[in-house]
Amino acid sequence: MKTEEMILNMGPQHPSTHGVLRLELVLDGEVVHDVKPHIGYLHRCMEKHSEAMTYPQVVPYTDRMDYLASMYNNFGYVGAVEKLMDIKVPERVEYIRVIMGELQRIASHLVALGTFGLDLGAFTPFLYLFRDREKILDLFEHTCGARLLYNYMWVGGLSHDIHPDFVRKTKEFIDYFRPTIVELNNLLTFNKIFIERTANIGVCPAKEAINLGLSGPNLRGSGVKFDLRKDDTYSIYNRFDFEIPVGEGRVGTVGDCWDRYYVRVQEVEQSLRIIEQAIDQIPDGDVKSEIPRRVKPPVGTVYHRVEAPKGELGYFIISDGSLNPARVKVRAPSFVSLSAIGQMAKGYLVADVVAILGSLDIVLGEIDR
Amino acid sequence: MQNYLIEIFGSEIVAYILATVPVLAFIVLFVLFAVWLERKVSAHMQDRLGPMRVGWHGVLQTLADFLKLLQKEDIIATANDKALFNIAPYVVFVTTLATFTMLPFTSIFIGSNADVGIFFVLAFSGAVVAGILMAGWASNNKYSLYGSLRSAAQIVSYEIPTALVVLTMIMLYGTMSLGEITIAQTSHFWNWGIFGGPELGLAKILLVPFMFVAFIILFISTLAESNRTPFDLPESESELVAGFNTEYSGIKFSMFFLSEFANMFLIGSILVIFFFGGYNSPFGYLGNLLGIEWLIPIEQLLWFLGKGMFFVFVDMWLRWTLPRVRVDQLMTICWKYLIPYAFFNLLIVGLILLI
Repeated sequence: MKTEEMILNMGPQHPSTHGVLRLELVLDGEVVHDVKPHIGYLHRCMEKHSEAMTYPQVVPYTDRMDYLASMYNNFGYVGAVEKLMDIKVPERVEYIRVIMGELQRIASHLVALGTFGLDLGAFTPFLYLFRDREKILDLFEHTCGARLLYNYMWVGGLSHDIHPDFVRKTKEFIDYFRPTIVELNNLLTFNKIFIERTANIGVCPAKEAINLGLSGPNLRGSGVKFDLRKDDTYSIYNRFDFEIPVGEGRVGTVGDCWDRYYVRVQEVEQSLRIIEQAIDQIPDGDVKSEIPRRVKPPVGTVYHRVEAPKGELGYFIISDGSLNPARVKVRAPSFVSLSAIGQMAKGYLVADVVAILGSLDIVLGEIDR
Repeated sequence: MQNYLIEIFGSEIVAYILATVPVLAFIVLFVLFAVWLERKVSAHMQDRLGPMRVGWHGVLQTLADFLKLLQKEDIIATANDKALFNIAPYVVFVTTLATFTMLPFTSIFIGSNADVGIFFVLAFSGAVVAGILMAGWASNNKYSLYGSLRSAAQIVSYEIPTALVVLTMIMLYGTMSLGEITIAQTSHFWNWGIFGGPELGLAKILLVPFMFVAFIILFISTLAESNRTPFDLPESESELVAGFNTEYSGIKFSMFFLSEFANMFLIGSILVIFFFGGYNSPFGYLGNLLGIEWLIPIEQLLWFLGKGMFFVFVDMWLRWTLPRVRVDQLMTICWKYLIPYAFFNLLIVGLILLI
């Protein structure tokens, strides 16, 4: 019998493409022969815009890249500019930045875990996780007034000091949140159907993951112990005691969808540990004391990379000595992650493409910038 | 019921049509209630309130939604196969309605007490496939086509374990009429199918575990036949947008919706009739106690609806707890596990009944 391959356009309007992404699937029945991602539906010329802005004005633009982890985008950018200008920020600022960054990591991972479950048809865990994320957003709102796009970290400092209640509320959140991870594990992580759907699916061996340039939980899911917080430490991360979870192939092969998922679950716990250590040590001080009047870095280039929730987020900035950056280039982790889907999804079923895409945890705002 | 109507109207056709009216009314009312219930159940499972604004705790929400659907434009794209596209929702709905006429709601009301009752139900719930395939093909949409083909494969596959368990139960009761099966389980709850059927003796004790297995198999396979999570592949939202009904809008969409929810009650009531005594009360009737005869059918109706609703609730519970299986795993469950177990069960029950 003569059969033909069928091309199915998944997206740009599709429930499981996590934004405006179009996947061109070449299918033989339900089996995927090829996946071509088409991006650019959310392109807003962020990098080009930055060239017309002063350095502090770029910060709100970075908010809008990975809109689920705005704090960490700020963190990376201000880190790069501070490195360029050789600013030493106060201790208090460093501690608050780390706490905010880790809270943001939890919030971002909660969305990743929830939408992954949603892609596999589990609706309830998604809402449980969003309920918990809401509590983190409340903490952010309490601090800087914004819930999604914060513009909180400024070059040399922070836009606001933390509220006097912040420490107490964060501790309350940690106490509340710990048991919900157990709940998530019972409901979704070790669910038989969930394991059947994710174990041995979208396997990415360590070597291939490195070749593809994956980073963050996607790389660690493949068993590579690489975390910039430890391996190329920045800010004050070297003061805290935490572990780097890696994929172990507990229910399937190392580097499958379940491993990538479970690395995120464990990272949430590790982030809680970091916050617990940092929250008690916040020193007194003024968060705005080191903010320069005029941000005018010397001529030069800088590359600064941080471990964002989605992976290695790098900022490459060229300064020509004026008030505006001559070039801002962002190395977005989701962009690299998405490029891996073609290799990962080959030979699996349509339903698995959705699972693999969910396990890569991409955000289109960051891919298109 | 029909004999009574035939006497009044003198015409069989009019009588048969009239006999379906209460069933139709029941389906519509049930669906209005079940959709609201599903939204409330899911909401409370997910730390939400669900609909709260329209009526008391949102009870009129589905009515409002239904009115909205009625007013919607009936969109037919130029690339659709118009005839099939228009017929499909009605085929799906009519087959579901037809199965309902076989259900014994009380001892005095059964749409049609046909001798082949359960085979009629099986045949017509299988015929839904035709409507779904029509919808998928006529939509001229790749997602719809995938949804309908999955649905066809799924329903046809799961017919087999269903039929095997039904055969087991027919051996036990010695009849195919749903009315008579229910009558066989009267008077005491230990006469129910799940407790080994009406006859006392050694066979009854031996049968109990196998009846339980039969119940589980029938529950899983009917769940799959009605396209509910974890087997809702034909309309798996995250992969196929909405599956075979992607292209439908307005009243035609609500026809699919209606038949899906009606199917939930249908599978619940089939389980109840086979294993949990149908409309029979486990404790005897208040009507008998008080000597009011007309109270008994009302109590029976309430028991039947209550037991059926319990299984509808279990369906909802599963839907909002479990993820969805993949299409090949679905087939594995059916062909590698359910069918061999059902066959084995049929054999053992047959042997026990022979002894």
